[in-house]
Formats: sequence, structure tokens, C-alpha cells
Amino acid sequence: MKKKLNKTFINNAITYAMVIIAFVVLYSMQQAGMLSRTIKGQLIPVCVWIVMAVSLNLTVGISGELSLGHAGFMCVGAFVGAVFAAVLKPNMENETLRLIIAMLTGGVAAGITGVLVGVPVLRLRGDYLAIVTLAFGEIIRNVLNCLYISMNEGVLHFGFSNPSLPGKLIVNGPQGVQGISRIATFPMGFALIIVTLIVVLNMTNSRAGRAIMALRDNRIAAESVGISATKYKLMAFVTSAALAGMAGALYAMNYSTVTGAKFKFDTSILVLVFVVLGGIGSIRGSIIAATVLTILPELLREFSDYRMLIYAVVLIVVMLATNSPAFKQFLSVVKEKIVGLFAKKNREGDAANE
Amino acid sequence: MGLIRVSFLSNLINGISLGSVYAIIALGYTMVYGIAKMLNFAHGDVIMIGAYISFCVTHYMGMPAWVSVLASMLVCTLLGMTIERLAYKPLRSAPSLAVLITAIGMSYFLQNVAQLIWGANPKSFNSIVEMEPLRLFGGQLIITDEAIVTVLACIIIMVCLTLFTEKTKMGKAMRAVSEDKGAAQLMGINVNMTISVTFAIGSALAAIAGVLLCSTYPALMPTTGSMPGIKAFTAAVFGGIGSIPGAMLGGILLGVIEIFGKSYISTELGDAIVFAILIILLLVKPTGLLGKKINEKV
Amino acid sequence: MKKMTKFVAIVLAMMLVLSMGSVAAAEGTLKIGFIGPLTGAAAVYGTSAMQGGQIAVDEINALGGLQIEFLPQDDEHAPDKSVNAYDYLMEQGVQVIVGCVTSSPCVAVADYAFEERVFMLTPSASSTAVTEGRDNVYQVCFSDPAQGAASAQYIGLNGLATKVAVIYNNADAYSTGIYQTFMAEAANQPFEVVSESTFTDDTTDFSVQVKAAQDAGAELIFLPIYYTPASMILKQADSMEYDCQFFGVDGMDGILTMEGFDTSLAEGVMLLTPFSADSEDPRSAKFVSEYQTKYGETPTQFSADTYDCIYILYDAMQKAGLTAESSYEEVCEALIAFMPTYSYDGITGSPMTWNEKGEVSKTPMAVVIENGVYVGK
Repeated sequence: MKKKLNKTFINNAITYAMVIIAFVVLYSMQQAGMLSRTIKGQLIPVCVWIVMAVSLNLTVGISGELSLGHAGFMCVGAFVGAVFAAVLKPNMENETLRLIIAMLTGGVAAGITGVLVGVPVLRLRGDYLAIVTLAFGEIIRNVLNCLYISMNEGVLHFGFSNPSLPGKLIVNGPQGVQGISRIATFPMGFALIIVTLIVVLNMTNSRAGRAIMALRDNRIAAESVGISATKYKLMAFVTSAALAGMAGALYAMNYSTVTGAKFKFDTSILVLVFVVLGGIGSIRGSIIAATVLTILPELLREFSDYRMLIYAVVLIVVMLATNSPAFKQFLSVVKEKIVGLFAKKNREGDAANE
Repeated sequence: MGLIRVSFLSNLINGISLGSVYAIIALGYTMVYGIAKMLNFAHGDVIMIGAYISFCVTHYMGMPAWVSVLASMLVCTLLGMTIERLAYKPLRSAPSLAVLITAIGMSYFLQNVAQLIWGANPKSFNSIVEMEPLRLFGGQLIITDEAIVTVLACIIIMVCLTLFTEKTKMGKAMRAVSEDKGAAQLMGINVNMTISVTFAIGSALAAIAGVLLCSTYPALMPTTGSMPGIKAFTAAVFGGIGSIPGAMLGGILLGVIEIFGKSYISTELGDAIVFAILIILLLVKPTGLLGKKINEKV
Repeated sequence: MKKMTKFVAIVLAMMLVLSMGSVAAAEGTLKIGFIGPLTGAAAVYGTSAMQGGQIAVDEINALGGLQIEFLPQDDEHAPDKSVNAYDYLMEQGVQVIVGCVTSSPCVAVADYAFEERVFMLTPSASSTAVTEGRDNVYQVCFSDPAQGAASAQYIGLNGLATKVAVIYNNADAYSTGIYQTFMAEAANQPFEVVSESTFTDDTTDFSVQVKAAQDAGAELIFLPIYYTPASMILKQADSMEYDCQFFGVDGMDGILTMEGFDTSLAEGVMLLTPFSADSEDPRSAKFVSEYQTKYGETPTQFSADTYDCIYILYDAMQKAGLTAESSYEEVCEALIAFMPTYSYDGITGSPMTWNEKGEVSKTPMAVVIENGVYVGK
């Protein structure tokens, strides 16, 4: 038992250390002006997609529910966060504080949406759950496309389907939120990743987390020992939605405009690709996959015409390579050898201690 | 009153016609799902390839329409089998999410290949049916020739598929594989072959769907297949995924709901309405309209 | 693993910068970046714009003298990807940017370019949000309000109809922008808008929208949309045997040259457009024939606008005393000062002049399609 705990602890420590070291290195390089523009421009998006991937992994990997509507929560977070930031702008000088409030409100709004979606939906299983989350994602986007919000003398006005509203439009239907002041920063992105990791890793290693995983592995057995499926599944789902909302707010604050069109079904799929490629249930894998796959298309810019084609081929080949039995067998042989080597060393070490 | 009734009928017909296209696509989805237990997201893009082939055969080679349909069915069948052989077969024992991602990768791949071959400019697809439309109520209600052909094609395909799965040896093999792969193999059924044939049939249906889709809605682009693909997937779930009559019913209902929602509620929220009804239906009947209830084993 | 990847990425990127740095040292070459959707659902607009720009670059480079290096980058019609493309181009050392082709990405990039002082000339991002509050962005296309109001006035002035229906794309900034200003101006015009309906980029079925117009008794349907959905609406109206006048805007241009399009469907369609591929103007004709030879397609207004963009930059930069060695900040400040005094005769308007907000002033041409060709009105 002790050994198991230690193993988790070490595993988590590696994940934290990896993120912190990467941040320190990149941040100091950024400050020293050593980063190329392409990489610099990718810092905040990478943070956003890491948080998206880790939070989706909570639903897909830890809780075992296939969700295809993760972008919908991001969308809610982005819009709510952007509106709050715009409203607070005249009265709040401090940009960091404004960003934090935007992310928190975005997260809360997405969390509430998560409850609204989760309560009815989590009764469904497997592919049916997938299609319903997909449907919810599309509904959220469709509704936001018709939403108009304006601010006039400190009062917000809401409208639907192209009304004429007094004052300055903040949310302009399909044209989305425009004129956002770009206040997202890389350290805040890093902070959000750390918060996400703390939430997700602690949750997985807690009583709740074990309950969630028990439900994933065998729902009936778990329920029979008195674990409430609805409660724990909802807990994972809502946490995941809230984190996605925070990521959405950070994303919105990095560009001067955000539109509903960005949060199509494709974006949900993209995040799912990060999760699957990184290894379902593996937080560290999600982080790495999100980083690599966000930067990859940018590094392929040289190939212009063939860029997205190469991306598609990479996707297929990686899936085939990591999942075909022949390749897996090869991996396991290698792993065994390494493990064997370590075991031998350990035994030798133990012997020496005695 | 008369105008309203005609308008209602006309919407209904448009809905059924749109729904029939969804239904044909959904049939392909549902067959593959039933047997390979995978969501083939590249199905929508096979539709697009089918439409392009038909366009090329009629437009560049000047062949008659029926040749183009056969050609596109042939190409799509080969394409579907190749995709299955190269991308999905090696993953037969892999987790279903890995297969899903591969299918998505395949979908991107087909779209980008189509753009490299045919360019991003939309082509205007010429309808393959050239008959006189049906005029009712003194010309007030017009049923287009495309609508008639689409609905007929949908019915014929469904009847043929049902007969095929019920009566033929291969069809029975398919049902056996979809029930229990392992047991089917023990009974001497060639599982790989059966799955291959399923993909071939699904892709041939996709070709027909592509031609009919573009005959009614003529703009053809590399992304043409993706939204109808998603809608058809929704339709398949609506009807109960894995069920052939369910796919047909789901497709037609979806088309009718979409058109009615847009006409009588709001064009802006048309898609939201479709998805909202889907959610409500699944909450009431979690396995779709005609889906089988799966009893969980402890 | 992650560090390794990042490290490799950084090294690669640095190598890129270094290798490109040596190219920039070549004498007399202007570096012009281009951002537009080259893949995805909006690829049609981005590719035709890029190809139009390429024709202008080829022509200029064939002249000798000041050369142009044209660097097109894909933004997939997404604001975030567009900013990535911008970063990449700046890394390549471009001096000025043509783009973005579509409005929302353009707004995102313009914000960065404004801070960094990079001049942007957009061929087709027509939303007012693109130029609003930024002195560094200029448009070659009409802004949305100009088109919407001009269309309403034209319909009213010529008494084309008393009952008008509008079908627009409510997921598209361009279409919604024109729709809003059209509706505002329509209130002052002697016609009534009897039906308004919308669709989105994913719509394939237009029967509801056309039917709504028919049931409301509209004599004219105003289509502030691009030609792809327009072609489907024309076909839908035809199969419903609904005979009415269609009126489009510049996005409608291109419909006649859609491969496989039955031009008889577009018979009688009117549109306000700055460019027509059938123009008798010798420069337009030369452009069209070169484009057809090179790409086997007929250019649209996107191609023509980008073609003009390149020539405007080439001409204006020389007249403003800029050279191939000028930095992007120098180019930006000089052009901001120079553009409002500048006038250019291009294939999409002659003369074109600009106000200080960056909006172009040129006269749209009203054309009607007769026997498959545009006829000026």
C-alpha cells in the first residue's frame, strides 16, 4: 500500500516538475528574447489546449464517458469571461485581476452549464452520451450565434436574433465578442495549468476519484457497494466543464475577437485527439500531446499546401503505430527489458543495504 | 387556409426529401456501426468523393448520368474497402476511441486530398435526374423530380438491405458478426471478409447518397460531406444505431423536424431545435426509436 | 519528451529565421505577406485571393526593377490560426501584409499589427470592426455599411420592387453586416421588407428560406451572401417555379464561372459589384486571361481585389519613398501618412481613394446577368 502511494506521488511529482521546468525555461527564454515569434505566439494557446486536454481527460479517461461537446463549455467560458472583462474594464485598472475574474466567471458559467447538461445526460451510456454531448455543444454555439449584448451607461442589455440595442455592442451575434483587450499572459496560463493539475490530480487520488474510477470500471459493482453514480459522475463532468470554461476565458483574452464559429464540433474533436493520442487517463500524456499537436501545424507552415494533409497522415500513422498489436508487442518487450534492468539494480541495492 | 395547407404539405415534402438523403447516409453509418462497432466519421467524406467522381464523369467525360452513378459507386466501394483494410483493420482489437480518432484523421485526409485534386472552388453539380416535376393543386404544390427519385431510392435501398440481411447467407453472417464476433468466428464465419463487405456496401450507399445530395443541393466542395455526415450520424442515433429501419425512420424524421423547425419556429435556431429534440428523445428512450435495449450483465 | 520537442522546435525555428535572414539581404525585394483561408470550408475565398495576388506579383517581377516576394499563409478562417500565420510571417521578415481575407481573423490580426505597427491592406475583410480604431488597416473592398446602404438605395431609387425578402447568413460577419445596414437604410426607402430568413455555413437545404419569401409575396430577394449558397438558392427557387428578381452584392460575383453552373438559373440576377470577369476594360481582360491560363479557373472579385492590393502597395510604397530596405514600422508610418492623399486606378474601381479610417471610396457597378454574361446598367 505504501509503495503504491509513493508511486502515485512520484508520478505526480514528475508531472508537476515537467510543467514547472518547462515554464521556467520558456519564461526566462521569453524574457531574454531568445524565443522565435512562432514559439512565443504559441505559449498561451498551448496553455489553453493543455488545460482543455487535461480537463477532458477527467471526463474521458478518469470517468470513462466519451464527451464530444467539450468545446461548448469552452465557448461559454470564453463569452462570459470576455463580457465580464469588457464590463469591468472601465472600473478596474489591474489587468491581472481582471483576467482572474474573467477566468473565474467563465469557469463558473461553464460549470453551471455543465450541471445543466450533466444532470439529464449522464444517465446515458457510451456512444449515446457522445452524441448528446455533441448535440449540446452545437446548441450552445447555435444559441450564442443569435445572442446580442450591449452596454449602455453601465447597464447591460440583452437581445436575441438581431435586435437594435442601445449603447456599445459587446456581443454582436455571429461576429462574436469584438474589441477584447488582450490581457492574457503566459504566467497566468501557467498558473491555470497548475490549478488544473492540482484539481485533477488531487481529485483522482481522493476518495471521490477512486469512486469515479470504480464507476468507470464496473458501474453495477460500484453502485452495489453504495457509490452514487449520478453524484460522482456529475462531479467529474462539472469539474471538467468548469476548467474548460476557464481555459476558454484565457483563450478569449489572448485575441481581440472571439466568435462562436471557433467552437464547432471540430474543436471538441481536436481536444479529444489530444487526449487519445496522449493516452486515455494519462495526464502527462495529455500535456505532451496537446503541446506537440498545437505546435505541429505551425511548424508545418513551410509545406503550405500539404500542411493539413501531413497533419492528417501523422494522426493516422500515430494511431496505427501505438495501437496495432505488432507495435505494442515490440514496446512491451522493450519495457520489460528496462523494468528488468531496474529490478535487478534494486535487488542489488537492497542486498547491499542488508 | 388553402395556402397554409399547401405550404404545410410543401414543407412536409421538402422535409421527407431532405430526410431521405440523411436516411441513405445514416444506413451506411448504422451498418458499419452495427458490425464493426465504430463510428466511421470518414463516411461523410466518402459521400463527397462519390459526388466528385460523378461530377467528373458527367462534366469532363460527357458520359450519361447512370454511368456516373455506377462509376462513383465503384470508386467509393474500392475506397471504402481500402480505408478499412489500411486504417481500421489493424486496429480491430484496439480501444474504440483509437479507432474513432483514426476515422477522424481519415476524414481530414480525404478532405485535403479532395482539395488538392479538385481545388477549393465549389463545383455546381448538375442534377442527374431530368424529369418533369409533379404539379399538384393547379401548380400550387410542386414536387421536384429530385425529391421523387430520392425518396424512391431511399425506400428501395432500405427494402433491399432488409432482404439482404434477412435472407442471404452474407446478410446472416453480418448479423451474426454484429451479435458476437467471437462466436461467429467459431461458427466458421469469415469475420474480416464480412466486415469488408459491410464497408463496401456502406460506401456504395455513400456514393448514391452523394449523387442524390448534390442533385438536390448542387454546391460541391471538399467539405460538402461533413455536415450531412454529422446530421446522418445524429439520424442513425435517433432511430437507434445499428438498426436498419431505425436509420431510415431517424433520417426522415430528422429531415422533417429540421424543415418544420426552420419554417415554423426560427431559421436561426434550426439546428439547435434538431439537436434539442434528439436530446429529449434520447432521455426518454436512451437507445433511440428502434434501438435494442441492451441488458447489462453483472 | 516535452522539453525535447520544444527544444527541437526552437532550434528548427531559429534555423528558419537564420536561413530567411540571408534571403532578405538580396537586393530590391519587397516582402509581402498574405493571410487567408487556404484550407477548410472558406478555402475558396482564400485561394482565389491568393491566386489573384500571385498574378500581380508575377507581372511586377517580370517588369524587372523592384521585385516582390509573396508569402501566402493559411489561417483556416480562424482568428487564432490567423494570428499564428501573422507571427510566422513576421518571423519571415515581411514588411507589409495583404490580408486577412475574412473579417473575424482580420480583426484578431489587426489588433496585433496595430500594436506592432505593421501596415495591413485587406482585399476583402469588409466588416467595419476591421478598421475601427486602428490607423494601420486599409480596405480595398467596400465596407459592409457602404454595400448594404447602396443596395437599398439602388432598389428604392430604381423602383425594382415594393415587397422585398432578405436571406442572409447569420453565422457570417460579412453577410450579417450588410444585412444590418441594408435594413437600416430600407426604412427610408419606398419598399417594404416582408420576409427575413437566415442560414448558416452548414446549411444545405434552402427550401424553407425561399418558401418564406414566396409565401410573403416578395417580388425581389436581396442576397447579401457569397455565391456558393446563392447558387443553391437560385436552384431552389427554380425548382419551386418561383419567379422573382434576385439582387446580390459583391460576394455574388463568381456565380457565373462556377464549374458546372447552369447560367440560365442566374438569368436576370442583379448585383452591385466592383469587378466583373467579363469586363471590356483591357487591364481586367488581361488579368482574367492570365489568371485563366495559370489556374484554369475564372477569377472572382477576391482575386481582383488582391490583384489590386499588390499593385497599390507596389505603387504607393514607391511613391511614398519606401524601398526594399525599409522596415515594417517605416512602411507602416509612411503609408498611413500617404494613403489618404493617394488615388489609384485599379481593376476593381477607378479611381479608388481612401479616408483616414482606411475605408475605400469607389463606385460599385450595377450589373444584370443576361444570357450568361454581366451587362452594365
